[in-house]
Amino acid sequence: AAANLRSSALPDKVAKSAAAYLSAAPSGGKHELPDLPYDYAALEPVVSAETMELHHSKHHNTYVTNLNASLEKLDAAVSAGDVSGIIALQGALKFNGGGHVNHTLFWENLAAPEAFKAPTDGALGDMIKCCFGDFDKMKAELSAQTIAVQGSGWGWLGYNPKTGAIEGATCANQDPLQATTGLVPLAGIDVWEHAYYVDYRNVRPNYVNAIWDIINWDVVEARLLAAQKAAGKI
Amino acid sequence: MKFTTSAFVAACALASGADAFATPQKNAFVPRTSTALNMAFELPPLPYDKNALEPYISAETLDFHHGKHHQTYVTKLNGLVPGTEFEDKSLEEIIKTSTGGVFNNAAQVWNHTFYWHCLAPNGGGQPTGAVADAIEANFGSFDEFKAKFTEAAVNNFGSGWTWLVKKSDGSLDIVNTSNAETPISSDDATPLLTMDVWEHAYYIDYRNVRPDYAKAFWKLVNWDFVARNMY
Repeated sequence: AAANLRSSALPDKVAKSAAAYLSAAPSGGKHELPDLPYDYAALEPVVSAETMELHHSKHHNTYVTNLNASLEKLDAAVSAGDVSGIIALQGALKFNGGGHVNHTLFWENLAAPEAFKAPTDGALGDMIKCCFGDFDKMKAELSAQTIAVQGSGWGWLGYNPKTGAIEGATCANQDPLQATTGLVPLAGIDVWEHAYYVDYRNVRPNYVNAIWDIINWDVVEARLLAAQKAAGKI
Repeated sequence: MKFTTSAFVAACALASGADAFATPQKNAFVPRTSTALNMAFELPPLPYDKNALEPYISAETLDFHHGKHHQTYVTKLNGLVPGTEFEDKSLEEIIKTSTGGVFNNAAQVWNHTFYWHCLAPNGGGQPTGAVADAIEANFGSFDEFKAKFTEAAVNNFGSGWTWLVKKSDGSLDIVNTSNAETPISSDDATPLLTMDVWEHAYYIDYRNVRPDYAKAFWKLVNWDFVARNMY
């Protein structure tokens, strides 16, 4: 149906309103900046309120705005059958779409320091022991990889649906983990300089070492269970 | 093999106290302290005081950007080079023949040194002479060039640099690079001017607002240095 509605044989007006209708549908609708599950100050002293406000209301918000703008352009290009135009938008879609996806996951996998619960048992605890040996070894391995990201990027704990294991990974810029590697994101650590420069200046290792204390391990476990179910492993 | 533009090398000699227009040393971008084997690269000093670029770029930014970030690239490079094929190479030779960690650190050492010289306390305004003519010929006008360069810089996604380069056919071009990538890796492009758009270059002074950092950059551009790079 979508292909027919976008046919260039349709009158221009019909094609445009059809595209607008499709854009308004949930799957292609305008994306919104999600609210944080906590106040800006909730993650102190690991991440300051100032950083959280900048990171959420400026950086993430810009990705959302630019994603929506790119999707509108994509709509127009698709409606016009402009393949070059579609391809030209790929960079903007990956940057801004990835930025929106990554940051949405990130806010959800953080929690106040007071709420910290080490993932030593349950499904996640068992998986950590199995794949890394113990929690400290997992943190050490992921910290090293994440600190070593060149330029801007993310460190991730991911679920491998093929092997059923969890593993560490990194991605450049805003490349989304699942689309890039096939791993299902369980926990993300943003190491773009904007994520830590206000609080840690150039000392990325201090930020990465500290952020483990504000990971929301309940959310990580819920994501693991969902990923295992989706992969047919449970 | 193509080396740094002679003017750039001369500018670095100036930074270490030599006559700016002395005969350039081909291999001496970031001079080793001697030609003995295994001598380390050194962090070149800033060509001005730490507060000289205020209010556009703060002393605190220069403290971190030069004293920490640039210094770390030098330190890491010195940790990676001894005992390897890169041991007796100049910085540019290393950049042109390496990959991975060696390349990242070597190129960033070079890029930052070039960047410091692109800024000056009495900089800004508009270029004159050959630079002005070339900009007009290639971009229509200075304002059009400035707008195009700024747009490239603001839209350079992630960490990287925005460059004005001279191509081997004499034309000028605006080029974005990512992370440590640098135009000197190619024999076709001579860098004339660069703007560091890694977030550490502007986050202390401008937070997320890269366009405001770009405005400040134009107040600082050292057009004399750009002119010397043309030849």
